[in-house]
Amino acid sequence: MSTARRASFGALTATGVALALVITSCSAPSKPAPSEGAAAGGDIVIGVTSDPDTLFPWKATQFQAVNVLQNIYGTLTEFDEDLNVVPGLAESWDVSEDGLTVTFHLRDGVTFADGSTFGSEDVKYSLDAIAAEATAAVARSSLASVAGVEATDEKTVTVTLKTPDAALPANLAVINMAMLSSDDTEEGLNTTPNGTGPFVMEDRTPSQSLTLAKNDDYWGDAALLDTVEFRVIPDESSIVSAMQSGNVQLAVFDDPLVAQTAEGANVTVATTPQLSYHALQLNATHGDLADVNVRLAIQCAIDRQEVLDTAALGEGEVTGPITSPAYKSDPDARPCPERDLDKAADYLDKAGKSDGVTIKAIVSQGEYATSVNEAQNLKAQLADAKITLELEVLESGAFVDRWIAADFDAAVALNGGRPDPDGMYGRYFTSTGNLNKVAGYSSPELDALFAEGRQTADPEKRKEIYAQVSENLEDNAAWIWLFTSYTYTAAASNVDGFVPMANGSLQYLRTTSIK
Amino acid sequence: MFRQLLRNSVLRRILAALGTLLGVAVFVFLMLRAIPGDQISSGLGTEAAALTPAQRAALEAYYGLDQPLFVQFFSWLGNIFTGNLGFSSRAQTSVLDLTAAALPVTFELAIFSIVIALLIGIPLGMLSASKPDSIRDGAGQIVGLAGLSIPAFLLGTALLAVLASSFGFNPNGQGFAHFFQDPVLNLQQMLLPSLVLGFGIAAPIMRTTRTAVLEIRANDFIRTARAKGVPPRRLQLRHVLGNALVPIVTMTGLQFGYLLGGAVVVEQIFSLPGIGRQVLLGIQQKEYALVQSTVLVIALAFVIVNLLTDLLYRVIDPRVRAV
Repeated sequence: MSTARRASFGALTATGVALALVITSCSAPSKPAPSEGAAAGGDIVIGVTSDPDTLFPWKATQFQAVNVLQNIYGTLTEFDEDLNVVPGLAESWDVSEDGLTVTFHLRDGVTFADGSTFGSEDVKYSLDAIAAEATAAVARSSLASVAGVEATDEKTVTVTLKTPDAALPANLAVINMAMLSSDDTEEGLNTTPNGTGPFVMEDRTPSQSLTLAKNDDYWGDAALLDTVEFRVIPDESSIVSAMQSGNVQLAVFDDPLVAQTAEGANVTVATTPQLSYHALQLNATHGDLADVNVRLAIQCAIDRQEVLDTAALGEGEVTGPITSPAYKSDPDARPCPERDLDKAADYLDKAGKSDGVTIKAIVSQGEYATSVNEAQNLKAQLADAKITLELEVLESGAFVDRWIAADFDAAVALNGGRPDPDGMYGRYFTSTGNLNKVAGYSSPELDALFAEGRQTADPEKRKEIYAQVSENLEDNAAWIWLFTSYTYTAAASNVDGFVPMANGSLQYLRTTSIK
Repeated sequence: MFRQLLRNSVLRRILAALGTLLGVAVFVFLMLRAIPGDQISSGLGTEAAALTPAQRAALEAYYGLDQPLFVQFFSWLGNIFTGNLGFSSRAQTSVLDLTAAALPVTFELAIFSIVIALLIGIPLGMLSASKPDSIRDGAGQIVGLAGLSIPAFLLGTALLAVLASSFGFNPNGQGFAHFFQDPVLNLQQMLLPSLVLGFGIAAPIMRTTRTAVLEIRANDFIRTARAKGVPPRRLQLRHVLGNALVPIVTMTGLQFGYLLGGAVVVEQIFSLPGIGRQVLLGIQQKEYALVQSTVLVIALAFVIVNLLTDLLYRVIDPRVRAV
């Protein structure tokens, strides 16, 4: 008997020690109290699930990397909160009558983090290097229309074009077009970023945290925050609990469920529509899908709102091809704005496939939360129209491999969007576009429309042209556009002045302060 | 001479261990390459589709992917012998540095978890064994079953959520503190993860203890000792538990080995920058050298722990010493 008592005492002691530890650590202050009423200054901690995979802006495509680098580097042009192109390192630019020469006038008094002065030589160096294949810069194709770059004088850069390119200013606004110092090398920048942005890198511990400090020599209004720390907390629900305990002040979530749990007394969540869009990509060069009537049958057999409701809890908006506010497509302007099974049957008849068709679709598992649910709902809806969607659910690496090789009939995809429709779709749906193989569709009409859009500088005329592009894509059911989702920006109540953007950018950290 | 050496069991074990490590090296190398995608597509994602052939070639040369497989393997293995575990292009630092930073974190976590597991498992096992098939035994078994069946991710997430939302207690939401930087914060950050892991491991230790105690108690020498008037407490601690320690040590060693590589989930939930998370990140980003070298380090640690466990038997149980 006594042995048993001893044993249980041992267990009790263990639990007691553990409890005591919990209690003592509870009383330890977890963070210093924020100073009250301070308009400027302060430190912010942003919870992120992984750290940047590269610090070299020309090769960065990962969300975290882009977000960090956006605050360190500068671009010739920038986007404002409504995604309009506004001046950046170039104070202004003139386009010649024939549209073939663009002259950029650079801003005065811009310096890199290392103290060196930014000038036209740096712009020439950067644009030439981005255009060179050996650099493997991801934005290279955005410079396809560029014939040459010349540093006319210290503050002027003249870009000559092969064809007029109205999309150029918008294309220059992304971080993959960052202006680097001509003295820098990729190797050096990988460890020590040297940009012209509102923040400079202060400290980095790989896979744990990355800290930026205010750049006092920034050409624009200096940032309000003293430091911004991107703290890696791999699990999203752990980020939520870190916010609840006051250790993290800002985080961006994709998952509405996680965002919901974050909302509380000290945390508010803002919902922002995104440029990226969910679509059922069809490969019109494959089998039955080569027939436009089969594709239209699919178009008519799908209720997009139902996909949105079942797969994403209705958190999003049904969309047409173009998602940017300035050029937005009307989601009702399509052959079947509402689900219409009779019309779907008609189209199948026209295609000579009244018995139905079978289409294989690849779906990624784990790349984003809603993929498999979307696919299953699409499969169920299409089954009613005698269209069998055979799902092939792949690990995200395998999905990307197949997608890149265009080795699929259909793909359930979440694709990134861009503010300018030419940058967004020109590379997919023109016959010479570098993603045309993946898009699986092009036509002389679309080639002409995209060419016209590039050569037209007048914004109103461009809107008309891209409305036609959108109509053409929908009428031919090049793909089936489904919906756009939201991102959820959770911010502690003492965070002030942060503006979430539709492209997911954190560039407004420069106007953010801690109250 | 050679046969004599082979008869030396320690040497034999070391040779076997080297063979195991080589096997692990080959296996990991091949498995990694069997996973779809490479560092280029994992870094660029779908943007990799836009690369021109020349751009792709430039990137392949940069990552060394343009070399034949056996060249990649032997250059990696050769480098390891010179202490160069490779370079992580994501972290822009050597794998050796990364591992040197991550290994102590996981090691500390493993030790705390084992201590917690022993503190829970041994008393509970003895309690269960003290009166088999009683209510007390049943209760012990249920706790053991709970430890085995509640997944670490669930227990960890629930603990974090409850403590953070109700008490504002979440030391793991702060940047990780190494023991020598800030021992108090470090211990706080280790507390929840080691509890979660320790609770899971307590179950097998509890079961092993129970079985071992029951077996030993059935032996003649216990009856003899009791007949000779050894006080019950001394009998339990010295004769019963003392002899039951051999299987408990084996089980503990085994669990410790697993902990070194298998703490991935807990490290992920509690943001501990340990070795498990390093491997996970490496696999996600297809950083071949990082994964290969880290897995090899984990395998080495496993082998060493096993060797030490064997040696420990010899200390505990004189009968093993004779073999």
